[in-house]
Amino acid sequence: MSNTYPTIHTVGLSGVLVTFAEALDDTANRAALAFRAAVDAQGWDWVQESATSLISAFFRTDLAQHSAADITEQLTDLLATRDWFAAPLPEGRKLWHIPAVFGGDLAPQLDEAAEAAGLSPQDAIAELTSTRMRVITIGFAPGQPYLGTLGEHWNIPRLGTLSPNIPRGALVAAVRQLCLFSNDTPTGWRHVGQTAFHTFRPKADEPFPLSPGDELLFHATTPADYKTISANNADGAGGATWEALP
Amino acid sequence: MTAALKVIQIGPAAGFQDLGRPGYIASGLTRGGAIDTLAVHEGAALLKQSPDCAVLEIASVGGMFEATASLRIALTGADMTARIDDATAAWNAVHQMEAGQRLTIGAARSGSYAYLHIGGGFDAPVRMGARGGHMSAGLGKLIAKGDTLTALPDTGTRTGYYLPRDKRFDGGTVRIVPSVQTNHFPPEERARFEATAFKRDPRANRQGIRMEHDGEGFTAQGMRTIVSEVIVQGDIQITGDGTPFVLMCESQTTGGYPRIGTVIPADLPRMAQTPAGGQITFQFITLDEAVVIQQQDAKARAGLAAKAQPLVRDINDISDLLSYQLVSGAISAQADPFE
Repeated sequence: MSNTYPTIHTVGLSGVLVTFAEALDDTANRAALAFRAAVDAQGWDWVQESATSLISAFFRTDLAQHSAADITEQLTDLLATRDWFAAPLPEGRKLWHIPAVFGGDLAPQLDEAAEAAGLSPQDAIAELTSTRMRVITIGFAPGQPYLGTLGEHWNIPRLGTLSPNIPRGALVAAVRQLCLFSNDTPTGWRHVGQTAFHTFRPKADEPFPLSPGDELLFHATTPADYKTISANNADGAGGATWEALP
Repeated sequence: MTAALKVIQIGPAAGFQDLGRPGYIASGLTRGGAIDTLAVHEGAALLKQSPDCAVLEIASVGGMFEATASLRIALTGADMTARIDDATAAWNAVHQMEAGQRLTIGAARSGSYAYLHIGGGFDAPVRMGARGGHMSAGLGKLIAKGDTLTALPDTGTRTGYYLPRDKRFDGGTVRIVPSVQTNHFPPEERARFEATAFKRDPRANRQGIRMEHDGEGFTAQGMRTIVSEVIVQGDIQITGDGTPFVLMCESQTTGGYPRIGTVIPADLPRMAQTPAGGQITFQFITLDEAVVIQQQDAKARAGLAAKAQPLVRDINDISDLLSYQLVSGAISAQADPFE
C-alpha cells in the first residue's frame, strides 16, 4: 500500500470520492465496503447517498450547500480510526446457486476463452462451476455484478473488437473476473455462459437481488433445461436459489 | 372527467420525465430525470405547481395532442413551433386548452429538448419512487401514437403567462471545475482544452454528448490504468482517441476514462440544449467560484414563479408579436353586447 492512499477527491459539485489503492486489490475492496458502511452508520446529514466501486467509496452531497473542506476533515478523521484494509466482509451475505449453460450456441465464446486460459473447454467449465465468485462491485448497468476472482491463468484480455450484442443474463469473462449482464450490451468480454438470472427486477420489491460481498456458484445445465427455466421466469430468478452465509 | 391529452401523432423520442430517481448509484442506476431540469422548473413556475410533477420530454420533433377536457399546458425548453388549433401558441408560456382542441408541436428552432407540461402533472406510472423514464435501464417507454396521457388533478388556474427566455439554447461558454484526474493533464493541455472551440456531435443523447474539435486529441500523462470508479453527470471523460465525452443524466454509474473536469450543475441545461453542431467552449473555475454560482442558481430557480408575466401586458418587450393572439375578446360590430 502506497502511503498516499487513501485519497479524498471532490467529484464535480456532486460529492466526494475516497480511493483506497491505485490498482485492484482485495483488501482495498474490503476497505471501500467497510468505510462506506461506517460513514452510513454515522448518520451525517450531508450524505445524500453512498456507493462503492471496486476500490473506492463515493458519498453524494451538494457541495454548494455543504463545505468540501468540512466534509474532507470529517472523512479524514474517520479514516484514521482504524485499519480499513483489515476489515471483514459485510454482514448478511448470501451464497447464490445459479444455473448456467456453458458453451454451444448460447455461449459461443467459451472455447476461445478456455484456450486463452490454457485450458480444455471441459476443464474451463469445471473451474467456472467450482469457483465461488464474490461480488466485488455492482455498477455500470443496473444491478450488474463484477465477480472476482479467477486464477491467474484467467487473466485474459478483453477483445480488441467488441461483440455487438451479448444478451441479458450472459456470463462473460476477462481479466480474472466474470460479469453477469443486466441488459443486452456490446462488449469486449468473452461470452462463456448464459443464465436466465435477471440482476435488475424493476417491478419486484427488491429490484436488485445481489449485493457486494455476496458469493455466486454457477451450476452447469443443459440448453433444454435453460429453455424450460426461461419459459417460466416471470420473477427473473432464472432458477437460482440462495442460502445465508455465516 | 379526468383531463388527458390523446396522442394523435408523436415524434420518435418523447417520454415522461421528472427530476429523477436518486438513491440507486450503489445498485448501478443513475439518477436519470429530465436532461434540462431548468426547463422542468420553468414549466412548474408557469403552472404554479411542484417541479416534481411529471412532464413530457421531447427530443427533435413534437407531435399532435388532443385535449379530452378543459386543461392547462405549458411549453418550455427547446423552442419548437406550436399551435393550438390554428392559433400560434407562444413558447415558454402557459396556455388554456378546451376539450377537442389540438396542440401541434413541430420541430426545434433552437435547442435540443422541449418540454410539454400539464396542469397537475402527467399521471405516469411510478416505478422505484419516480415517474421519469430511464431508457438505458429499461425503465419506462417512449410515447406512441394512440396513447392517452392522463393528468393528475389540477389545483391551479393561471394561464396566459410567459417567462423570459435565457440564452442557453445556442451553445456558448460552459464552466467546469477540476475533477479527479484533472491534475494528470499537464497545464498546457488544460490551456489548450479551454482554448478549443468544440462542436456538439449530432449523435448526442441522454447518456452523453461527444464533443468534436479540429486538431489533436487530449491526453493525460503519467497515469496507470484507472480502476473503474463512480462518474457523475457533467463529468468530461477523455476517451481513448482523445475526444471529450460529457456524461449526462442517463450515463452509466462507473467509468474508467480520465476526467479532465466536470461541468457545473448550473451549466448542464446549456450543455443539454446546445443543438447538433452548436459551439461550446469550456472554462475552468475554482470550486469556491462554482459554489457561489450554484447558490445563485438555486435562488433563481426558486424565484422563477415570480418572474412570470402576462402574455399580453409587455407588448413592447415581445419581439415576436405575431405569436400572440391579440384580438381575443374583441367585440363584433353585429353582435348585441347585452345578449
